[in-house]
Amino acid sequence: MNISWFIVVSAFVFCIGAAGVLTRRNPLVILLCLELMLNAANLALIGFSRMHGNGDGQVFAIIVMVVAACEVTVGLGVIVAMYRRRVPIDADELRELHG
Amino acid sequence: MSVTTWAWLVIAFPLAGTIVNALGWPVLRNAGRAAGWIGTAAIAGSFVCAIGTLLALQDRAEDAKQVTSTLYDYANSVGVNATMTILVDPLSVLMILVVSGVSMLIHLYSVTYMTRDAGFVRYFAYLNYFVFSMLVLVLAGNFFILIIGWAFVGAASYLLISFWYRRRTATRAGIKAFVINVVGDVGLVLGTYFIFRSTHTLDYLGTFKQAADIPTGDVTAGCLLLLVGAFAKSAQIPLHTWLADAMEGPTPVSALIHAATMVTAGVYLIARMHPLFEQAPAAALVGAIGGGATLFIAATIGLAVTDLKRVIAWSTMSQIGYMILGVSAAAYAGGMFHFMTHAFFKALLFMSAGSVIGAMAGAQDIDRMGGFRKAMPFTYICMLIGSLALAGIPPFAGFFSKDEILAQVASRGGGWWAFYVLGYAAALLTAIYSFRLIFRVFWGEPVPEARELEEGHLHHAEQHVNPTDGEVEDTEVGFPGPDHFIAEREIPMKIAMGILAVLAVLGGLLFLPIIDTHPLESFLAPAFGDTPKFESVHPSDTLAAIGLVIGTVLGLGGIAIAHFVWVRRPGTSAALIARFPRVHALLVNQWYFDQLLDTLFVRPTAWFGRWAQSFFERVVVQGTIVGGATGLVRAGSVAVRRAQSGLLRGYVALLILGMAGLALYFLLQT
Repeated sequence: MNISWFIVVSAFVFCIGAAGVLTRRNPLVILLCLELMLNAANLALIGFSRMHGNGDGQVFAIIVMVVAACEVTVGLGVIVAMYRRRVPIDADELRELHG
Repeated sequence: MSVTTWAWLVIAFPLAGTIVNALGWPVLRNAGRAAGWIGTAAIAGSFVCAIGTLLALQDRAEDAKQVTSTLYDYANSVGVNATMTILVDPLSVLMILVVSGVSMLIHLYSVTYMTRDAGFVRYFAYLNYFVFSMLVLVLAGNFFILIIGWAFVGAASYLLISFWYRRRTATRAGIKAFVINVVGDVGLVLGTYFIFRSTHTLDYLGTFKQAADIPTGDVTAGCLLLLVGAFAKSAQIPLHTWLADAMEGPTPVSALIHAATMVTAGVYLIARMHPLFEQAPAAALVGAIGGGATLFIAATIGLAVTDLKRVIAWSTMSQIGYMILGVSAAAYAGGMFHFMTHAFFKALLFMSAGSVIGAMAGAQDIDRMGGFRKAMPFTYICMLIGSLALAGIPPFAGFFSKDEILAQVASRGGGWWAFYVLGYAAALLTAIYSFRLIFRVFWGEPVPEARELEEGHLHHAEQHVNPTDGEVEDTEVGFPGPDHFIAEREIPMKIAMGILAVLAVLGGLLFLPIIDTHPLESFLAPAFGDTPKFESVHPSDTLAAIGLVIGTVLGLGGIAIAHFVWVRRPGTSAALIARFPRVHALLVNQWYFDQLLDTLFVRPTAWFGRWAQSFFERVVVQGTIVGGATGLVRAGSVAVRRAQSGLLRGYVALLILGMAGLALYFLLQT
């Protein structure tokens, strides 16, 4: 079995996610695209794990999932709070921290 | 008890008095005169212990009369061994006896004099601290403790001179005294450094043993710098200007500063450092010249000044000039003897002046005084005794001591005869100005205040004014409260002045030069035993006798002149002033020393300060250093700020680009 197919799929998914983060302005969609990038990384990790024949990569993948879950929780919470305070739900409008 | 235990107790009592008065202030301020009695008792205890020290020291063998005692090591590192050490020898015992004895009487006097002052407790805390500082200074066993005591005395004098702190003139005088004293402190510290550099010990006895081995340059430089300290503390030309202004303090403080403590510290320093000064004859000559100049110039100024206390202050400078001249010319016993008799009669004169000022309700100008002889007989007699002693009339104290110094100076021969002539010229002036006070204050037509007092009613001023600039002041912290006190009516003042009057009469007998036994000289001999000059300088009996005759004649002549000018022909002094206006202006302006120092030091320093503020501070520090640094940061941040657009997607793009760049770099590496 060749590892390169896994890597190629992973790279595709990562690029789709990155492109989404770069082009979309809705924070909700940006979060979804972030998930895509994380899962691409997970796919790569599991692929490597299988190539080396040990469980290290799988452990990493599980940790990444936990981190992703936390991140989504916080991110969605922030979006709900923004919605309630009637802050525009648009990543480009939120630039109060500019220098 | 051993000698040193007594001596430690001498220091401990005034310290305890200071602490009790300072910390017990909340209680004592409502307790009437309690603070005054505590302060007096502390100094009395110190005096008793000083007598104990004397008796214990007299029990020891002649060659074992220099005793040291160390309480603990303060610092001992890098070759400096600073210990809390005292040295008890006949010289320091004489000093502690006079200092504590006269201070005790001044405290007693102050209990009454300051009764109505709002700062009564504070006053006694300061006064005890002053005496404590002076005792530390004279009992010091090494340069380290000497410098501590020296600085303490300067600080205490500042506190007491500016005691009436609502008076602008008083705070200015205090600052002036402190600044000039600090100049002296610096001289003392640097002088110590020059001597320490060669001897590697701070200890007196260790230093004196090596005195002959110090290189001439070092010992001369060191002694000259020590002289700076001595001149500043003892108010000798050119560092003398603070002393006349120091009259802003309460009158008993003037007595304390001028009679018993502070100003004699310079005399003591030179006498204490005599092994070093004998190795540096050039420095000793400078000291003698300074003393000789001061004794004459101060006496001439005393002729013209009209402020009662300032006349006595200039007379103090003149008398200290005699002492400095004496100890610089190796007439140690004579100098110390004059210090002792001067302490008695000068304290007496100041106390009498305080009594007169009380009768005048605070006024100090002798132009406004006159005819107090009948109204204040006790004060008159005390002042007369003090003036006779000051003028050197036999058998009063000053008669023996001044002539002793001058005879010993003359027996050095050569150019020292100039000092002899100068000293006797000043002696004539001394007699004139001291009796000028007597004739103008106590003789002549009684002024209204004197008449009131003759009818048994003490003059009371409705409004108190500052005697220096006429500014109206509040009695809250101003002149000693709303009431005034005169010696005729107050027992403590009477006792203090009475004892001093007796001492001023009898003190001279300790040093009869004609008789073969010199009690004081043989007592002091162990302290000066290691000096060849102390043995060699001995005036012949003929010289001493001639000096006594000259001194008597000049003293009586001066009194006669004063009598002629101010009693028989009262217009004479006004005619003299009209005839020689320039001379009068020179004397009244104190030979323009204030202006000279102002032009030479104060103004250039003030100009430098203003220049430093306007150029160095504003342009160099604020403009270049601080402004340059902030400008640099600001310009940098302006350049970098553009990158912080706040556009989230921009950041992400940069992040990904960077990561991709990094990845590409590593890929190309392999």
